[in-house]
Amino acid sequence: MKKTLLLSLGLLAVASVASAAPQVFDFKDPKGVNNAVFKLDAPLEAITGSANGISGSISFDPENPGATTGKIVIAAASLIVPNPIMKDHLQGEQWMNVAKHKEITFEAKSLSNVKTSGYTTSASVTGTLTIKGVAKETTIPVRFTYLKDKLGQRVPNMKGDLLVLRANFQIKRTDFDINPKAPQDKASDTIDLALSIAGAAPTK
Amino acid sequence: MKPLRLLALLVALCAIVVWLAAGANRGWTKTIVETRTQDPVTGIDGITYEKRFVPGLDFLGASMIGAALLAGVSLFLPAPPNNKINT
Repeated sequence: MKKTLLLSLGLLAVASVASAAPQVFDFKDPKGVNNAVFKLDAPLEAITGSANGISGSISFDPENPGATTGKIVIAAASLIVPNPIMKDHLQGEQWMNVAKHKEITFEAKSLSNVKTSGYTTSASVTGTLTIKGVAKETTIPVRFTYLKDKLGQRVPNMKGDLLVLRANFQIKRTDFDINPKAPQDKASDTIDLALSIAGAAPTK
Repeated sequence: MKPLRLLALLVALCAIVVWLAAGANRGWTKTIVETRTQDPVTGIDGITYEKRFVPGLDFLGASMIGAALLAGVSLFLPAPPNNKINT
């Protein structure tokens, strides 16, 4: 009787430790919904576009969101604007030079100001943002929403959890050598970025 | 001369009608149009693009310049010979 009780307690302890382990969420979305939107709002012209070639993974522990780490990658060639000439310019050598710099990456290193309410965690994520080969230490306000057991609702025949990540922040075009000579009354130096992505952690 | 001016007027009118019919877009011409659909599980607005031509102010401007050039050229063309026979 005593042995059974001890064994049960041991199994319970192992199970609780296992459930507290960080989960790895894959952000390559099979539904293609993940996107990053950018906007340059200059006095003479507003340019808006998006990118949907998003991949990467994040290690997230719902019990300890402050320990989150990971890397998000955006395929530079997926950057798009509705005007075809503008798209060619955007992907060209002076602007994003996507033929040479194929990826835009953000590698999260540490979290601060972590606040969790229910399944939502907001935090300032510090990491390395690399655009056009220029890497800069950047802090981004991020909101994580942990959706337990919701993967099956999104992808049939799969079980697991989802992690939704939303971030709105600004960068300076000239900081990343994105056509620094472009007149700022036509192409704003400030780029507004909005990231809305979901990652999946299937259960095995 | 006269047919060229009429053609210029036609080009200008067609451009205006096409621009107005496509929604009088005051931005640049678009060849794709964004559609947003919300994912019911994650709440993320998914962005898809549909191929559609939406003329902008650049299309209107280029058409007006084209029409003005046609009208301008017509001023330099010699007048057609008068076919009336004086009796």
